[in-house]
Amino acid sequence: MSTVLERVTKVIVDRLGVEENEVKPEASFTGDLGADSLDVVELVMELEDEFDMEISDEDAESMSTVGDAVAYIEKNQNS
Amino acid sequence: MSKLAGKTAIVTGASRGIGAEIARSFAAEGANVVVNYSGSKEKAEAVAEEIRKSGGEAIVVKADVADADQVKAMIDETVKTFGAVDVLVNNAGITRDNLMMRMKDDEWDDVININLKGVFVCTKAVTRQMMKQRSGRIVNIASIVGVMGNAGQANYVAAKAGVIGLTKTTARELASRGITANAIAPGFIMTDMTDRLSDDIQQTMLGQIPLGRFGKPEEVAKAALFLASDEASYMTGQTLHLDGGMVM
Repeated sequence: MSTVLERVTKVIVDRLGVEENEVKPEASFTGDLGADSLDVVELVMELEDEFDMEISDEDAESMSTVGDAVAYIEKNQNS
Repeated sequence: MSKLAGKTAIVTGASRGIGAEIARSFAAEGANVVVNYSGSKEKAEAVAEEIRKSGGEAIVVKADVADADQVKAMIDETVKTFGAVDVLVNNAGITRDNLMMRMKDDEWDDVININLKGVFVCTKAVTRQMMKQRSGRIVNIASIVGVMGNAGQANYVAAKAGVIGLTKTTARELASRGITANAIAPGFIMTDMTDRLSDDIQQTMLGQIPLGRFGKPEEVAKAALFLASDEASYMTGQTLHLDGGMVM
């Protein structure tokens, strides 16, 4: 079973077309990974699908780095 | 070749008038059609039945376009039934005409809610699916009065002008994802909505139409079909005037 970080990394690599080694916990979506605001919205949608959870708009806005997303998912995941 | 073969289209307010005609014409071009309604169940069922009898695919879904939960349920049902949403036609609309001096707050609110907020709610909800697909067509039915103004329709005019602006923002925000958004601004089209206008008003309006006649719902449906099809692939953020030349 893949870890949350591995699964999040895969979603980001697929969506943003970045290299896996660029996806570090401290990497920011818009600053380091070259995402625009619409990319971030899409990324959140795909994370919702991947982890079968709902991420509210407020929570989504508070996630700016890979680490933020992983921490949020680990904390709020159902299973 | 059918212009919408294999595509799935949601048409809001499709139980009668322009919406019903768009639903029928899309189905005739091969689309799976979601006939949305909020009040007229029998009429919506009749439109769907007519489509099925002609060999098309249609489902009927009740949803208040301004209610995000109901709209989400409609889109989920569409995806479950047909697997995608390729086209959204925001057509549902109401009128509560009155001179501005006499217009009640609830007349203003009802029209803004259905005619403007409804477009926002449906567009927002369908965007998620269309972004995943990397394609989609949004066709908003505005009105020529949203361009020219009209005495006695402050609420309707404000909503329709709002729809034209919303169309442009939708087009800009979603262009990079292969989604286009365009509007149609019909003039005086013969439907239940315009039948209610007095003969005097109808005669006055006729005098302002260079083509000298009122439009037919089929004529609006043809423009909607164009905007929803591949033929309009390089067009987004625009408003087509279908008004017999009233506004140039």
